[in-house]
Amino acid sequence: MSVSHLAGYLEASASRFPDRLAVADPDGTVLTYREIDERASRIAGFLADRGVRRGDRIGLALPKTTAALTAVFGVLKAGAAYVPVDWTGPAARIGTIFADCQVRAVFADCRRAELAAGAGTAILLGADVSSGTDAFPWETVLEHAPLEQPAPDRHPDDLAYILYTSGSTGVPKGVTLTHRNAISFVDWCSSAFTPSEHDRFSSHAPFHFDLSILDIYLPLKHGGALYLIPEELGKKPRDLAHFIAGHRLTVWYSTPAILGLLGEFGDLDRFDYSSLRTVLFAGEVFPVKQLRRVVKHWPHPDYFNLYGPTETNVCTFARIPTPIPEDRSEPYPIGWPCSHCAALVLDGDQAVEAGSEGLLYISGPSVFSGYWGRPEESAAAFMDRDGARWYNTGDVVKQSGCDGFLYVGRRDRMIKRRGYRIELGEIESCLYKHAAITGAAVIALPHPEAGMRVVAYLAGPEDSRPSIVELKVFCNQNLPAYMNPDVFVFLDALPRTSTNKVNYQELTRKFAAGATP
Amino acid sequence: MDNIKEELRQHILEEFLPGEKPSNLKDDTPLRTSGILDSVATLKLVTFVEEHYGIEVEAHEAGVENFDSIDGIASFVKSKKA
Repeated sequence: MSVSHLAGYLEASASRFPDRLAVADPDGTVLTYREIDERASRIAGFLADRGVRRGDRIGLALPKTTAALTAVFGVLKAGAAYVPVDWTGPAARIGTIFADCQVRAVFADCRRAELAAGAGTAILLGADVSSGTDAFPWETVLEHAPLEQPAPDRHPDDLAYILYTSGSTGVPKGVTLTHRNAISFVDWCSSAFTPSEHDRFSSHAPFHFDLSILDIYLPLKHGGALYLIPEELGKKPRDLAHFIAGHRLTVWYSTPAILGLLGEFGDLDRFDYSSLRTVLFAGEVFPVKQLRRVVKHWPHPDYFNLYGPTETNVCTFARIPTPIPEDRSEPYPIGWPCSHCAALVLDGDQAVEAGSEGLLYISGPSVFSGYWGRPEESAAAFMDRDGARWYNTGDVVKQSGCDGFLYVGRRDRMIKRRGYRIELGEIESCLYKHAAITGAAVIALPHPEAGMRVVAYLAGPEDSRPSIVELKVFCNQNLPAYMNPDVFVFLDALPRTSTNKVNYQELTRKFAAGATP
Repeated sequence: MDNIKEELRQHILEEFLPGEKPSNLKDDTPLRTSGILDSVATLKLVTFVEEHYGIEVEAHEAGVENFDSIDGIASFVKSKKA
């Protein structure tokens, strides 16, 4: 079976397995394939009536529920693209995102109705709102007549979704992905992990995080069941351990950070995990000590390390042999390119030999087409070579013998923390907005337990310096939680190089020397 | 009770607010809703409370009702030990 549009996965499964369970909430709400497909068609009909057309962008500011997943497919069936954001995040940042890609409509939780205010059409979930001219309760939308057949034209190169990531200038940038991009990745997942309608998948990642693409589309393509894990449950390892065992999940996918927390705080020995057959992780390097702890509790599943930036989704992978030797401490490689991708490691223009370091370039059908509304940055991300277009991941790798690529690090100021990309420049831009701060320089240092520690060095008049508590609160109001620095240090002045740039090396040395807390 | 509060204050300052003056972390300073403690920091704090005070904290007890301020945590510890 081959489809060229993500909505086609759901439609095909709805006709093959109409009465199988498609998706479940922890609160007990479940939808069969027939139900979610029918509801999505009604949402698409509503959106079309509101003037939404092929290629339009629709914002999603919703908690992770069966309704949110239904909205995703409603948007896709309408021929539009969804733009998911963290519905609990700072309003200003979300407003910037929705304005950047000019959303035509926004689905929002009623507790954050203000997030939908700027869009032409607001669909509010969970509220007793009466239909206004531009605001509609979710229930009304579900009563709308389904989208008329035949559905609008579908093309694999239509935009499917935009995932916003941290931008170095302080403004998030939108990675635009087409149906072709996503489908080439999902189809690779089918061949690599051989899922079936009997599988029960976890969905731990929020929809604005690219791990969600595998979570959503792989089970729904194969008629499997998707168990949504909302934000609150996702952060509680003990409850999560119970959830995984209770639903006899067969496939788990998350960042190493949450697996590490499950191993450390989950009390995993309380339950039976014999159904679990595959454990996938991606997003950052998994400290071996933490991985070993998980494998000890769960010795039987197959473990895979998946690698890839949002711009390509997963592009290399490695199977992790278990058990993990007691004396191993070096991280596992990111492996070899997936069958739908090609990889190139270059130092300047030169391909590097095995054992040497270079920048990793990826080409293939899953590679994104560009950043929304940023032609120059998009052009700069690519290189043409040997008749193909290659995306520069910015990641430095080394080919290590027969194990494939080993992740080495970055040459720019992007870091990964709990699987999220962070441009340190975005944190600096936020700190500069504080009235009492005249200088801000943010560095990140590897930490054995925390993965990465983010340290903000600040300058400002001594008599008006905010307290650290105030700085935490300020960042919390302006940045996602994962970007809030761990340490704040005031200096009389930021150290500068001879060309008057912030001397980050000096700050790193300062921190390492323990001159600061 | 005051002892518990001081121990909690010292631990939170050391672990999550390095460099902060003790007087800036008040008994009623919100910890979760302010961003001082994120989800991982909260897990660590719960583990500290369990080990330090020899109590067991159920997952449903570790929310903002009990863990959003030094006052809240201290009362919770006290009620658990009572």
